[in-house]
Amino acid sequence: MSLRFERVSKRFPGVLALDGVDFEAQPGQVHGLLGENGAGKSTLLKILGGQFRPDEGRLLIDGQEQRFGSARDAIRHGVAVIHQELHSVPSLSVTENLLLGRLPRRFGFVDHRAARRIVTERLADMGVQLDPDARLSSLSIAERQMVEICKALMQDARVIAFDEPTSSLSHRESEALFALVHRLRSQGRTLIYISHRLDELYALCDACTVLRDGKRIAVHPTMADLPRDRLIRDMVGRSLQDIYGYRPRPLGGERLHVSDLAGARLPAGASLSVRSGEVLGLFGLVGAGRSELMRLVCGADRASQGEMRLDGQPLRLTQPRQAIQAGIALCPEDRKEQGLIAPGSVAENINISCRRRDLRARLFLRHRREAERADAFIQRLRIKTPHRRQEVRSLSGGNQQKVILARWLAEAPLKVLVLDEPTRGIDVGAKNEIYQLIFEVAAAGTAVIVVSSELPELLGIADRILVMREGRIAGELPRDQASEQAVLALALPDSDLKA
Amino acid sequence: MKFKLSLPLAYAALFALLSFTVDNFFSTVNIVGLLLSVAQIGMVACTMMLCLASRDFDLSVGSTIAFAGVLGAMVLERTGSPAVAVVAALAAGGAIGVANGVLIAWLRVNALIATLATMLMVRGLAFIAAQGQAVGIADEGFIAFGDTRMLGLPLPVWVTAACFLVFGVLLNHTVFGRNTLAVGGNPEAARLAGVRVEGLRLTIFTLQGLVAAMAGLILASRITSGQPNAATGFELDVISACVLGGVSLSGGRAGIVGVLVGVLVMGTVDNVMNLQGVDAFYQYLVRGVILLAAVLLDQWKGDR
Repeated sequence: MSLRFERVSKRFPGVLALDGVDFEAQPGQVHGLLGENGAGKSTLLKILGGQFRPDEGRLLIDGQEQRFGSARDAIRHGVAVIHQELHSVPSLSVTENLLLGRLPRRFGFVDHRAARRIVTERLADMGVQLDPDARLSSLSIAERQMVEICKALMQDARVIAFDEPTSSLSHRESEALFALVHRLRSQGRTLIYISHRLDELYALCDACTVLRDGKRIAVHPTMADLPRDRLIRDMVGRSLQDIYGYRPRPLGGERLHVSDLAGARLPAGASLSVRSGEVLGLFGLVGAGRSELMRLVCGADRASQGEMRLDGQPLRLTQPRQAIQAGIALCPEDRKEQGLIAPGSVAENINISCRRRDLRARLFLRHRREAERADAFIQRLRIKTPHRRQEVRSLSGGNQQKVILARWLAEAPLKVLVLDEPTRGIDVGAKNEIYQLIFEVAAAGTAVIVVSSELPELLGIADRILVMREGRIAGELPRDQASEQAVLALALPDSDLKA
Repeated sequence: MKFKLSLPLAYAALFALLSFTVDNFFSTVNIVGLLLSVAQIGMVACTMMLCLASRDFDLSVGSTIAFAGVLGAMVLERTGSPAVAVVAALAAGGAIGVANGVLIAWLRVNALIATLATMLMVRGLAFIAAQGQAVGIADEGFIAFGDTRMLGLPLPVWVTAACFLVFGVLLNHTVFGRNTLAVGGNPEAARLAGVRVEGLRLTIFTLQGLVAAMAGLILASRITSGQPNAATGFELDVISACVLGGVSLSGGRAGIVGVLVGVLVMGTVDNVMNLQGVDAFYQYLVRGVILLAAVLLDQWKGDR
């Protein structure tokens, strides 16, 4: 089915999310949709998926105008949108999830055997290896995503849109997804693919459209010979010579020393050392234990063994509060679940941690000082928000991340800053700003540890890269010896290398 | 921000309308009666607001009121000292709050289940202690508390007003209040940002127990006895008032002005139905409808 948006506009209070956008995708093609956060990609997909209605313009499918009133409506017309957030039911099995709402019945009761047969057949058709009886909660994120895609295929979707499907997948899991996308393309389906990873877009897409500030900036009918710099310029409106902007800094003495630290979710002890002013990259595949180690370092989980020394002083942590008081701060992996106080305002989210120290002398809050501090950080970090009282959940991912960074920059002696996937789901422009902040913080003497699944990012910004594999530290590479191959050789389990 | 103004305005409009349409509504006697009738609900609603704001729930307040009243009356009977009776009842209320707090914050029992259990247990204790009978109060000083007036208003109304003031300031102008909203908004994020989540929960439930015990004492003073079956269903009235006032059951959102209006709306509706001679059976129906309508209206506002 061919798909066409004609001069589509969508307005939200205060924002024109889409401004007369044209967009076209052809069957048998993977069409990339690029743009920074807030460019309008998700809004476009939500109109396609029936969650929003356009204020102006039309959506044509095979030349027929469609106005979807709901997600169900879109699915009935063969359109499926695979969102970043997964919409499966964790307590049910793969079979039940795939047939949810349409479970076969006999005499009013669920016919489990028929259900299982249908699902097994369809999974085989799709070439997907999933246990139909497995509970969703026992599956990995990647497998759950497969379930989500299968759900769309079960309903015979002819147009499938993917919104950043690989943002939480490991390298190998992504490969499996790409294979499926290729297969879907060869079946003549119309595929739309959103990702912030340019490598992926080049590897997967046949054509692409770039949006910026709700407008269509460019359409590239072919990806071959399309320079990366051109794409980035289309996306951010300026050429980024080097999005990392690495600047060497003088390094100070050892700031944090961790030896043999282990906890319930990281049974094998891990050791590391980071110097004042240093940016240490921590790489590993999903499940390698990176976040688990960082949670121990920041007191988010309790360590069962091992020692930590901060500036030579021994440190024992049982609560995040103690780490914060010592000067160790964590920007957690999952902004929405662990970082943001969602109903709270921008100012509230910036001030939550540091107000305790400011107010020790008095009982009452100093509202004016809090407001000033929030405004100062909004300005300094260029957080795009209409007001400090704006609800933080309405901000884009990059700006939310800046709010959490501001929370820790407001802490007075920031000795160690741990950033777990700081740029996940963030556009190129905001990434660059976050990298610059990391260098700024490091230059002031803070030891910065950056956990990331994006290897080019770590190669670009880290002074040194530490690699974890299967819950252990696998090795360490200084900047000048760190290459993609060298890091992956340490990160991949042996079985992967052989395969 | 918007509802902070629109709620009181809506109530003012309702009040004006009733003043003109309902006979005897707008009179000193009736207004004072109205305020007195919501005094207990009002003071407990203040702490319930904190409880809901931190994404918790407390069903045990009604039982605590009854138990505190019975205990206060019994201690008064034995010792003859109102001061000792008050201290004993408050201590019992505080202990119930601590028990709730420990169960929920440290032993991680779901708040609904934990306080449902303490609600049953405390109600049981009240009946056991009183041997199923009302415990009469003869102490003149203790009874006088519920009747004494200051500047034309009964003391219980002043106590409730003080509660609104104290807890309003606590919510909006202290670290404790802001942290309460943060924990309700996202407990894990609040913990990672350095908030003592367990301690905060314990504090809230302890305050709730203390205030409920105070309400129980005031009730006992007004009805001159400790009744083991007093305040049944009270917890639901309090939660209804909070929800009417815009407090979110999913945590993170609460306003003291809203709660005040919620309490007044509940009281006013009951008052008017009594003035109009509406059958008590219909009153339940009306209260349910108003609660639903308010919540639906709130959701509809949020959707836009």
